[in-house]
Formats: sequence, structure tokens, C-alpha cells
Amino acid sequence: MLARLGAARSGGLLALALAVALLPLALGNQYLYDVAILVGLNAIVCVGLNLLIGYAGQISLGHAGFFALGGYGSAILAVRYGWPPLATLPVSVGSVTLLAFLIGRPILRLKGHYLAMATLGLGVIITVVLATADRFTGGPDGMSVPPLALFGRALAGERAWYWLVGALLLACVWLALNLVESPRGRALRALHGSEVAAEMIGIDSARHKLAVFVLSAGLAAAAGGLTAHYSGFITPSQGSFLRSIELVTMVVFGGMASTFGAVVGAAVLTTLPQLLTPLKDYEMVVFGAVMMFTMIFMPRGIVPTLAALFKPRTRG
Amino acid sequence: MSLLRAEGLSKEFGGVHAVQALEFAIQPGVVFSIIGPNGAGKTTLLNLITGIYRPSAGRIWLEERELTGLAPHRFAAAGIGRTFQNLQIFFNMSALENVMAGRYLHERCGLAAAMLRLPGLARAERACRDEARELLALVGLERYAEEASEGMPYGALKRLEIARALAARPRLLLLDEPAAGLNPTETQEIDRLIQRLAARGVTVVLVEHNMRLVMGVSDRVLVLDYGRKLAEGDAESVRRDPRVIEAYLGAEARDA
Amino acid sequence: MSAQLLQVLFAGLTAGAIYALVALGFSIIYNSSQVINFAQGEFVMIGGMATVSFLHLGLPLPLAALAAVAATTLVALALDKLAVERARNASVVTLIIITIGASILLRGLASLVWDKNIHALPAFSGDKPISVGGATLLPQSLWVLGVSLAVLAALWWFFNRTLYGKAMLATSHNRLAAQLAGISVRRVLLVSFGLSGALGALAGILVAPITFTAWDVGVMLGLKGFAAAILGGLGSGPGAVLGGLLLGLAEALAAGYVSSAYKDVIAFVIILAVLVLMPGGLLGRRAAERV
Repeated sequence: MLARLGAARSGGLLALALAVALLPLALGNQYLYDVAILVGLNAIVCVGLNLLIGYAGQISLGHAGFFALGGYGSAILAVRYGWPPLATLPVSVGSVTLLAFLIGRPILRLKGHYLAMATLGLGVIITVVLATADRFTGGPDGMSVPPLALFGRALAGERAWYWLVGALLLACVWLALNLVESPRGRALRALHGSEVAAEMIGIDSARHKLAVFVLSAGLAAAAGGLTAHYSGFITPSQGSFLRSIELVTMVVFGGMASTFGAVVGAAVLTTLPQLLTPLKDYEMVVFGAVMMFTMIFMPRGIVPTLAALFKPRTRG
Repeated sequence: MSLLRAEGLSKEFGGVHAVQALEFAIQPGVVFSIIGPNGAGKTTLLNLITGIYRPSAGRIWLEERELTGLAPHRFAAAGIGRTFQNLQIFFNMSALENVMAGRYLHERCGLAAAMLRLPGLARAERACRDEARELLALVGLERYAEEASEGMPYGALKRLEIARALAARPRLLLLDEPAAGLNPTETQEIDRLIQRLAARGVTVVLVEHNMRLVMGVSDRVLVLDYGRKLAEGDAESVRRDPRVIEAYLGAEARDA
Repeated sequence: MSAQLLQVLFAGLTAGAIYALVALGFSIIYNSSQVINFAQGEFVMIGGMATVSFLHLGLPLPLAALAAVAATTLVALALDKLAVERARNASVVTLIIITIGASILLRGLASLVWDKNIHALPAFSGDKPISVGGATLLPQSLWVLGVSLAVLAALWWFFNRTLYGKAMLATSHNRLAAQLAGISVRRVLLVSFGLSGALGALAGILVAPITFTAWDVGVMLGLKGFAAAILGGLGSGPGAVLGGLLLGLAEALAAGYVSSAYKDVIAFVIILAVLVLMPGGLLGRRAAERV
């Protein structure tokens, strides 16, 4: 069993690594590279969000808020205070992580729809503040962000970013897989299975929930910061409720409690709108229809549904 | 020194006293049963001594350590484990994983260490797996190891909960109606299991309705009625106590 | 009472009544199915926009409104029959995603069927403001409050005095027992969607003369209605109304006395605070987990 588990995991990692390494062969132009990079950045957020939703069984309808804060934090420090980008990113991510820690303690005591509402409210508050505090943030139109500079040379160009994001994604997936398969990962799944029983085997549910919440917020902030420096621009809509919903949909669509599912979900739902741009006016209709269709007929998400198709039948 | 002690323990829910002014002491190494008619407050008492309910009044000690008012996971960390009347199996995991999860307290694992997969973790995982298999064998469930817990029969799930609770190596194990819903054969297995546990030195607290099981396996019995202590003593004397007979079967049975 | 305070209260009550109607829509569906229908806001939007269309077709306002409510109800029923019922056994999160997908779909359809412009509905009885105690009140606000009250009375009568209404309440308390008593849970769910659709449409038609309507008004209104339902305690009808009114008042007070820019923030901050201090909402059921 251990061997089989090992194979599935390292097989998956290998496949992902190969995909990242070989994909450039299929990326013919800058636009396609751009899409691939966005997929990677979304996937990083989704891997973290999946730990929170799929494994720990919580919900967050405001995660885009952390994403936007990460971007704005880095942007503001760089633009208004002239900090070097290598310092702005970590400080921004660290601050968002701290915020998540402080706000997470009280709101994670909530459950179900109440937790959903609290995270939703948090996301809305962040977005409105970002749009209104225009002295710092440039208001609803957003602000421009300087490029990331490593050792004096600006990191520009799709290819360089592609490899950076690809490497980071692989690292995040590896870390997430390790966590899930560790005793801590089991503790998270136990929490999801039955919080009271988990407590009775010594699991401090409040602390574990908070840890995953903070971790996923940090990942979102990091991805947000990178996105800001990559696109050179950031607007408050990056933190909107609609964006948060997109992220949750990617996680559920790809398959909850599946790290690879999160990556697949991000990939499909980031590229789909791009594919639909020729159908501009029909984009929303098709997107909504696809969401509904897949959730009705593949309620567990893509990866678990496909995995079940290939799984050998257990003894009856 | 007693293992678990309670003084003046009370719990009320909006005016209803589920448990009132309870006092008892449980000695290490015994099988201690709590019985009483429905609504007597047995499960409330269990929830109180596992930290799931906070007492409205009174105090609880495990040996010399006071546990009153602590969160449930601290009760667990102190050495108290339990099973549940309404199964609380981790249905999102296999049987083996359920038991492995039970070992949480003995597998300290920081977040960073987990994510970085520090060496030693693989070895620890193997040891955890092996011990979990042993426990499954102890309760007679070794053939379900890799099975999803969702598909297991009810009787097996009750024993799985016991295996999971044992994985934490508790000093005090609370079993909340382990024989509920089981047929006589399965009940006998539970009986034998409890005796095996007692032989291993685990102090067992049993809440049960099945009188034959209780009388056959207990060293001491506490009888509750309307949230208060009605009687306490060894199995035989409790069985013959007229107040107990009256509470269960009515005054006529007592006089019969 | 100062004129400004009175003005703010009028505005708050009007908005609050709308939020209450939307929140009720959420509560009714939640009670039958534990599902949060994120397309609720779109029902509000369709109500307003459809009325505009029917007016253009030449129907007089009352008929146009009625037709719009009917159309929205049909959309709601379709949503239940085609999507929610099919996914009956899915997890709550999956159902949420389905309704979110539905809201995106409906918004997309709205932008195609109509357009992305803002449309106005004529006020029901003219827009000459009425002066009360130094403050001005739009006659449309009176319509909002009056119709809302009538609707609330009708709903109360339905749920507490008719057999079917009581059956629906029973389903919300204990689904299995209701089924065993012969109540068709599927039919109850269908009726819930229909009712919520009608409520949403009504809210949209009532408020359109004041705030205008467009293809995307559903998003914020839906969010706020959801927030109001949570504020009052999900699943509680009176809670939904209370939550809606409180939310409307809080917003108006914040806009009037603190800063209209941060109006939305204040409302959600209050909700966050209430949730943290009273995890079940103001009137919500405090379910004790039986172990």
C-alpha cells in the first residue's frame, strides 16, 4: 500500500514536472505564455485553498482578498516607499499572513454558512478599502507596479516568468503533498471527518484550522504579489467576491481533497475564459453553463471522478 | 490515589439539570460502569468528564491534575479517550487511517517538518501503520484495514471507534454504549474485548443499557437517576439495591 | 428628531425592506434544502429588467410587473427542476457552486437578452417627493414599505395558517419525518424556489424606480440579502426581516454620518462583528451537537 501510495504521488509530481518542462514546446507566442503563467499563479492559490476547503473542510469566500492584499502590499511598498522588490514581497506576504492569523482566530470558530459569510464579508471589506483609500492605492482604477528585480536585473519577459512560476508551483505542490500525507495532514482530515472525535484524540481543532487558514492566506498573498509584479498593474477587482468565487470553483471543479485536482481546476478554469474570448458576448453564458454542467454530473470534481473510473474495484 | 475524581459536578441546560451535584472517584485498573434509565444524564456525564461540556458547577481531577474547564483536546492529552454513542467515525478515511489518526498525540509533527518531509517521518509513518494494524487485530477488524470506513457494517464501526481510541494509549477509556445496536454474539465480543483491555491495565468506564454486559464485566457500578447519584457499589449489591430496582422497573418490581 | 436623521431613517428602512425581501428568499430555499441559492440576486435583476421590457411592449405598469414576476418565477422553477434537483445528493459546497454557476449564466443571458445599460422604471405613483418633518420621502419608498409589509403578512399567513405552508415548515425542521408524513420534499423545494423567485422579482420591481436596474444589479443585492439572512440567523423568517432592516439602517446611518464611500464596508464590519460575538446570528437556532 505504501508503495502504491508512493507511486501515485511521485507519479503525479513527475507528470507535473514534465508538463511544466515540456509545455513551452506548445506555447507558440507570448499570449500563450501569458495564459500559462496565469494558470500557474492561480494554481498556487488553489493548492493552498484546497488544503483549507478540501482537507480541513472549512470554507473561504474571500480568499481573493488575501491575493489582492499581497499584490497591493508589495506594490505600495515599492512605489510609495521605494523599497526594493526583493524586500517588498516577503514583507507583504508576512503582513497578510499576520492579518490572517489575527482575523482567523475569531472567525474560524464559526461553521458552515456563517463561516462562509464571515470570509465573504472580509473579502468585501478588503476590496472596498482598497478601492477607497486612494491616497495609497490609487483608487478604483488601481496602480501600476514595478517589475520584480533579481540582483539588479529586472525580471521581465514571459519565458523568465514562466520558469519562475513553474518552479514555484512544483515546490508548492510538493509541500502540500507532504503535508497531506503527514500526521498533520491526517489530523486535518480527521478534523473534517468529525471535529468532536478529532478533539477527543487530542487534536486542537482551533489551532489546526488556524494554521491551514494562515498558510493558505500566505500562499494567496504570495501569488498575488507575483501577479502584480508580473502584470505591472493591480486593481481592487483582483480581490473581489467574484474572484474569490472563481478560486473556490477551481478547487471544487478540480476535485476537493486533491492537490493535483486544484492544479487541474486552475488550469481548466483559467484557460476556459481565454478560449471563449472570440465568443466575447457569450463568454459568461458558456462559463456559467460549464460550471453548472460539470458540478451536476461530476459532483466530486474532475480528478476524483476520473480516478474512480480507473480505480480497481475493491472486494465487495 | 484515584484516577478520575469529580466533586459537586453539575450541568444545566436552560433550567434543566441534566446532572446535579455528582461525586465519585474511579480507581485505576477497574471497569467502572455508569447505568441509569434513559434521560438519567449518563451521556451528559461522559461529555463533562471529556471536556465536551463545561460544568455549570463542580470540579474534575485526573490524579492530582485538575481538568475542569479545559478544552476537550486537553482532556485527551491528559490521557482520557472515548467512543461515541452516535458514531463519530472519520468517514473520509479508511479503517486503518482512522486508527492511525488516533495516534496523533504520540506523533508530534510540526507544520514545517510535515511540509518538508524531514527524514525520520517515513520511519515514523511505518511504525504508526504497524501499530494501527495491531490495534485493528486486537478488536478483530484486520480484514477491513484498507477498506473505506464508509462501507463497513455497524458492529465493525463500533469496534473501529474503540481501536481508534486505544491508539492514543489512554489511561482512562470511556465507552459510550458500545453494545447498542449489536446482536448477542457481537455483544459477547465486546464483553471479551473489555476484559482484554482491563487485563492490559486500561481503566474502562462503561455507559451501557445492556444489564447482562454491565453486571458481567464491571468491578464497580454507579447508578444515575434524574441526574443524581442513586447508588454506587459493586455489581452485585447494586443489582439488589431496592432503590435501583424501583428506578428501573417501578415500585412493584421492588416489592416483588 | 432632526430632519437629517429622519431622512436617513427613511432611506434605511426602504433599503432594509428590499434586503428583507431578498433575505427571505434565501431563508425559504435554505429551509427546504440547506442550499444557499447564490442566484437569488439574479431573480431581483430579472424582475426589474423584465418589467422594463414588458413596458416597452406596451403593457401597462401593473400588468408588466405581474408578467415580470411570473417570468422570474418560471426561471426560478426551471433552476430547481433542471439543476438543483438533479444534484440533490451532492455536497453543500457543490450545490453552492451550481447556484453560483446559475447566477453567472443568468447574468450572461441578461446581457444578451437585454443589454449592459442602465434602465429606469417609472415610479408607481409619480416622483414628487413628500415632505415629512423636514425630510423628503419618495412616494416610491412608501410603495416599497407598504408592499413589503403586505407580502410579509401574506407569507406569515401562508406558513402559519395554511396546510401547505405548515408542511413546508415541517420539512425545514425535519426532512425525514416530513417525508414519512407524506410530504413530497421535492415539491416543497420546487415551491420554495418559486416563492423565492417571486419575492426576488418583487423586490427588484419595487426598488428599480429608485435605484435603476441593469444586468448586474443582482450581484451586490444578492450579497447583501445573503448577509442580512445570516445576520438574522439563517433559516429564521423573522430573522431575515430583522437582518434586512438592520442592515439597511446601518448602511444608511453610515452613509449619512460617517462616509458614504465606506458605506458597504460598515455594513459588513457590523455583520462580521455580530457573527463573531453571536455565532448563530441574532435569532438563529443554536443547534447543540448531539454526541
